[in-house]
Amino acid sequence: MEQQQTCSSEEIAEADAKLAKVQLAIEQFKMIKGALIPVLHEVQDIYGYLPEHVLKVVATELNLPLSEIYGVASFYHFFSFTPKGENVIHLCMGTACYIKGAQAVLDRLSTELKVPVQGTTEDNKFTLEATRCLGACGLAPVMTIGEKVHGRLIPNAIPKILNEYK
Amino acid sequence: MKLLTDLDAIRALTQGRLDNRKITGEPAGSIQFRSVMVCGGTGCTSSDSNKIITALEKEVHNHGIQDKVEVVRTGCFGLCELGPVVIVYPEGIFYSCVEVKDIPNLVEQHLLNGKPYDKKIYEKTKQGGEILNFEETDFYKKQVRIALNNCGVIDPEVIDEYIASDGYKALGKVLMTMSRQEVIDTMKQSGLRGRGGGGFNTGLKWEFASKQDKDQKYVICNADEGDPGAFMDRSILEGNPHSVIEAMAIAGYAIGSNQGFIYLRAEYPIAVQRFVKALDQAREYGLLGDNVLGTAFKFNIDVRLGAGAFVCGEETALMHSIEGHRGMPTPKPPFPAVEGLWGQPTIINNVETLANVAQIILNGAQWYASIGTEKSKGTKVFALGGKVVNTGLVEVPMGITLREVIFEIGGGIPDGKKFKAVQTGGPSGGCLTEEHLDCTIDFDTLTSLGSMMGSGGMIIMDEDTCMVDVARFYLDFTKDESCGKCTPCRIGTKRLLEMLDKITEGKGTLDDLVKLENLSVQIKNASLCALGQTAPNPVLSTIKYFRQEYMAHIIDKKCSAGVCKSLISYEIDADLCRGCSLCARKCPTDAITGELKEPYVIDTVACIKCGVCFDVCKFKAVVIV
Repeated sequence: MEQQQTCSSEEIAEADAKLAKVQLAIEQFKMIKGALIPVLHEVQDIYGYLPEHVLKVVATELNLPLSEIYGVASFYHFFSFTPKGENVIHLCMGTACYIKGAQAVLDRLSTELKVPVQGTTEDNKFTLEATRCLGACGLAPVMTIGEKVHGRLIPNAIPKILNEYK
Repeated sequence: MKLLTDLDAIRALTQGRLDNRKITGEPAGSIQFRSVMVCGGTGCTSSDSNKIITALEKEVHNHGIQDKVEVVRTGCFGLCELGPVVIVYPEGIFYSCVEVKDIPNLVEQHLLNGKPYDKKIYEKTKQGGEILNFEETDFYKKQVRIALNNCGVIDPEVIDEYIASDGYKALGKVLMTMSRQEVIDTMKQSGLRGRGGGGFNTGLKWEFASKQDKDQKYVICNADEGDPGAFMDRSILEGNPHSVIEAMAIAGYAIGSNQGFIYLRAEYPIAVQRFVKALDQAREYGLLGDNVLGTAFKFNIDVRLGAGAFVCGEETALMHSIEGHRGMPTPKPPFPAVEGLWGQPTIINNVETLANVAQIILNGAQWYASIGTEKSKGTKVFALGGKVVNTGLVEVPMGITLREVIFEIGGGIPDGKKFKAVQTGGPSGGCLTEEHLDCTIDFDTLTSLGSMMGSGGMIIMDEDTCMVDVARFYLDFTKDESCGKCTPCRIGTKRLLEMLDKITEGKGTLDDLVKLENLSVQIKNASLCALGQTAPNPVLSTIKYFRQEYMAHIIDKKCSAGVCKSLISYEIDADLCRGCSLCARKCPTDAITGELKEPYVIDTVACIKCGVCFDVCKFKAVVIV
């Protein structure tokens, strides 16, 4: 499906290395009951999302129908079937953040990035996601970009913060 | 493998460290050793407390005072608003909003010369020229810390410090001196009720599982805190992870289980990392595994990461998720204590519930039962958030009033605004008003008022909050989080949301209000699990206590809080406008026009109500009407 036609040898090596990691994770969890969700966590850790061709491998190895895997993965918000941008923005929409104006911050992010919520920018730099409570209510409204946390946000602070990542 | 005597030896060796972390009141001149505690909870880590620790260690080293000062990364102190927070013992000086650039001065003035570094001392500890220790401030004075007892005191990543703080003593006591039934009786007599939302008696739950005659039983810790606005479980796992491990082992002994699972939120990376580390340490010390503390008791704990489904807080859904399926609830009975994970007897306890267990075993059921009210014993941890001065984590005895929590501990409403409502219990709870401020906080009072304890989020709202919008916000959440299995919840929450959307857009009718109430009651009665049964609570409680606000939206088409975009418009007050043109330059739709140094005007047709002009105006000339 993805990038099949013009793969360089490095890309092929990288793809193989990732798949090898998945195989390792499957080996590790195969013996435990309820292995599917831990394996999906590993796949998403390795790829950043759940690619179809990898899920097919998981299906074979865990001896589960692909439809069941899709049914489970699609149920949970944490799992994604589409690749994310370089920087994933999680804006907290927990109650404390919402009360303190998170919606206006989210609107501003959406305007500045020109993408809807859950969207990825054309240049693949940013993915904008709204999330349920990051558990840092003291810093409300709060968002994470990658690992970095930005707290006490106001809409006007957004352009400057985004510039740090461009 | 460690024996009880080994733990005692570790305790004796490490105890001194903890003794240093007490407020002694000795004169500054005679202080020989200082402990510098830096909050390593999520709130403070987010505001770079790790860099503070590095800078502190470097500076202490530069001055060559390593043997007179220890720098410790602890769990959450609670006052997250003021992070990063640093506390220096034995004086108990509280520094807030500390930055890396403050460190050289702080070290030189306070740690080297014994004079507190005035610039970053928490304002509220300064009274009449004196500096109070932090325990004397309003925020801490009324708190009773049981579940959070080690948060802010020990380094959560060092098992020896937990042991020094009487850690694993309760497990030893249980294994060496108590029968399974005695443990259960102690728990029952303590009156501890589950802190995850249901409020069921913990000892009774254990007893049900204990009486099942099955070879395989399970203990599950529900650490999938999905409530928006609650983070007590996160803070306990980050600040005192061993207390949860110890309690799970005690529960395992009590019900006759050798296997535990912790279902932990993947969105909490620091909690996951610290808990996994604590598990490794406990295994290394032989406090988990075969022959715990040299006895025949065998117990293991495996970690399962949640994947972002709020419904997995419901116990049957949680178990299906551990089994590798979609997290959908099933009808009860059979209750998990009879037929749970993989069909075996299982108990599920929440993190905060478990954090009380070792303390109850150590201090006795009577001690615990003496705190709180008749039917709600002990303490409850609340995540205080929203429009309140001191946001953060507080642990208070049950029976305290809402007013004490919000106005004394929480410091009241910021910016001189007026208190409007308090929401407890997250999406399953309800909003209470000013007239309820003197009500006591306990399971039954909150439920009787149409709210609930829930897991313990407490969100304060001021006059700028629209209650219809708040109800809409929660319904948007529950609609998203409904697993879809049962119709009343799947379709009902969607219909409720549509009606609330209509009202906030100014298109609502009085008929909608009637339908909202009727449908809410039906959803509550007909849903399979607690998610659906409680989803309409925010709607019902806001209609009950703020009906006039719904009426204003429906009849007058007004949102007095100025939140619902369709019902407001922006105008420029000509008297206040200086004609600086900033708003016109920032307006994304060129809806603002005017001449420099003359009042500007907003074209309400072109205006998309983004509020940028309101935000940027330095003269408060842009007003919401």
